[in-house]
Amino acid sequence: MPADQPYRLRRPVKSLGTYLRWDTAVGILLIAVFLAGTSSTDGFASTGNMSAALNDTAEIALIALPMTLLVVAGQVDLSVASMLGLSSALAGSLWDAGYAFELIVPVCLLAGAAGGLLNGWLVTRVGLPPLAVTIGTLTLYRGLASVVLGDKAVAGFPDTYSQWASSTETVPGTFVPYPIALFAVLAVLAAVLLHMTGFGRSLYAIGAQEDAAWFAGIRVKRIKLALFVVSGLMASFAGIVYTLRYGSARADNGLGLELVVIASVLLGGVDFNGGKGTLGGAVAGVLLIGLLNNLLTLNDVANEIRVIVTGLLLIASVLAPRAVSALAERRNRRLAAAP
Amino acid sequence: MRNKSRTLAATAALCALTLAAGACSGTTKDDAESDAKEQVSDATANPDAPLKKGLKIAFLPKQINNPYEQIVDEAGIEASAEFDAEAKEVGPSDAKASSQVSYINTLVQQRQDAILIAANDPNAVCGPLKTAMQQDIKVVAYDSDTAKDCRQLFINQASSEEIGRSQVRRIAEQLDHKGEIAILSATQNATNQNTWIDYMKDELKKPEYKDMELVKVAYGDDDDQKSFQETQGLLKAYPELKGIISPTTVGIAAAARYISSSDYKGEVVLNGLGTPNQMRKFIKDGTVEEFSLWDPKDLGYLGAYAAAALASGQITGKEGETFEAGRLGEYTVGKDGEVILGPPTVFDEKNIDEYDF
Repeated sequence: MPADQPYRLRRPVKSLGTYLRWDTAVGILLIAVFLAGTSSTDGFASTGNMSAALNDTAEIALIALPMTLLVVAGQVDLSVASMLGLSSALAGSLWDAGYAFELIVPVCLLAGAAGGLLNGWLVTRVGLPPLAVTIGTLTLYRGLASVVLGDKAVAGFPDTYSQWASSTETVPGTFVPYPIALFAVLAVLAAVLLHMTGFGRSLYAIGAQEDAAWFAGIRVKRIKLALFVVSGLMASFAGIVYTLRYGSARADNGLGLELVVIASVLLGGVDFNGGKGTLGGAVAGVLLIGLLNNLLTLNDVANEIRVIVTGLLLIASVLAPRAVSALAERRNRRLAAAP
Repeated sequence: MRNKSRTLAATAALCALTLAAGACSGTTKDDAESDAKEQVSDATANPDAPLKKGLKIAFLPKQINNPYEQIVDEAGIEASAEFDAEAKEVGPSDAKASSQVSYINTLVQQRQDAILIAANDPNAVCGPLKTAMQQDIKVVAYDSDTAKDCRQLFINQASSEEIGRSQVRRIAEQLDHKGEIAILSATQNATNQNTWIDYMKDELKKPEYKDMELVKVAYGDDDDQKSFQETQGLLKAYPELKGIISPTTVGIAAAARYISSSDYKGEVVLNGLGTPNQMRKFIKDGTVEEFSLWDPKDLGYLGAYAAAALASGQITGKEGETFEAGRLGEYTVGKDGEVILGPPTVFDEKNIDEYDF
């Protein structure tokens, strides 16, 4: 079954899929959108707009990294946006109480790791399905956020840190805002981890055939637990970036963001069933949704249309790879039947 | 065992680190506040400057499918045609602060002359609005204000104090100053609703309201279905409830719809801020006796003229400056760059058919 093999394995018969994988296609689409935008829309390719457009995807991009690892391993974490909100609310209430920002950041990260630990513990030790667990904690963490901060909105965070997160402050000599620069570094690390190490291969193994992975000596539960902890940690860090970037800590920050993250990862060709996908594809997916939204907004396209475009792209991303492999399979069968 | 002790050690190390970070003097709220400096604008106004032709004006509402803000923005766009400006409405379909930010960024790229914004969060939109002002794009807040240093003007539909207090006064009249009341608001962070509610609570402290009690502030999130359910919940949870104030057009319409089809019709008084077209049916069938609102068309109209006056250099947003707002006449900029539209209109069975919005 070619459909169950990781992308790295060669298919028996060459088809379109051999030459053009979906994640590459998304990368090409990304470049096409960029070029189309540059030639059609004033100000799209300006450094100011690129900084703003990139920075608008900062939290989505950051959370998408551990999410890609999770989905490759056949898991999913829907609680990330709520954890972002909880971290933001925690930062807000501590800041309001007069604590130093340098203290608040580790406290929030600790809370994120703890939240991830709870997810991981429920999935690996209690044995509940990740979808059910994280739908539960999605509600739980958002509720906690409201308990921590109530209906307040805390503002007035220190300029030095807000500047760091804003799109007007960029890495000297480039148009890259700092959160995106940090994302780039983390993305390279995550790509190396996923595609060049034994740990990375074990994630594909868990996602493709968990039992087989276990019999092969992979410490399935421990790895899954670690992934959830990292996911919670990154979500809480994204919460700090979000709070600084918008200069406003609120319990409802990032409401619904988990779906954008997962949509981006799936758009990048990572299979929701696990065992397939590349980190580069996921990053391309995040950037494609971000740039496309920016381009459509610049052209005054109504929000409804933007949502429809994203939805259609998402369906295409699930459909296209399957259609290609179905075609290949049919051809294989025909070849096998021939004398 | 080995694992457990390792975990313990790691936790201890993290705690120590956290404590150390706290002990050394970090950046706290007080430091940040003392760092903030007053920005002084050195621009001068020329009250005789004519309104410029061909100005590009953008309205950025809280969300585009909010019927109230659609009326405001359409009236503003129509007003812009009076002085040959090119106006448009753009905005998110959800009332989230973060969604407005990317719109502001794109409006800056499009080099608009003025942005009119109804802020979903007073601070979250600040950064990009400041960037806009640095690039000589004029910023006017309307309906819901931003932080004061992030815009040049705020067009206030009516003084917040008057709106808050008058809603308590009116429902108290209807209830003979007796009984439990509740408030059905928009989102928990809505700037204007929260200000009004503070004034309502303050008004209720007066002796004439000693027999009235505010039992609950519920939040319908300006979502029809949620507001409907919250109304249902309020009436179930507080059987003694006599009145509901809903200071949001989405909330009052949903509440009226629930009450009109329930046993509470005629038993529970509903008052608040609504639009005549949404409420006409409920006035006619007796669910609601009266509600109030300023004329949103005038709000959009005034907003457009104020933005044009700023962009043409007639005013800079300083207290005491005056400008002409077409058919509405002359307006004066008040304290903190506020321009007040006027007192709200009360709609009831007698006058509702005179209004169509």
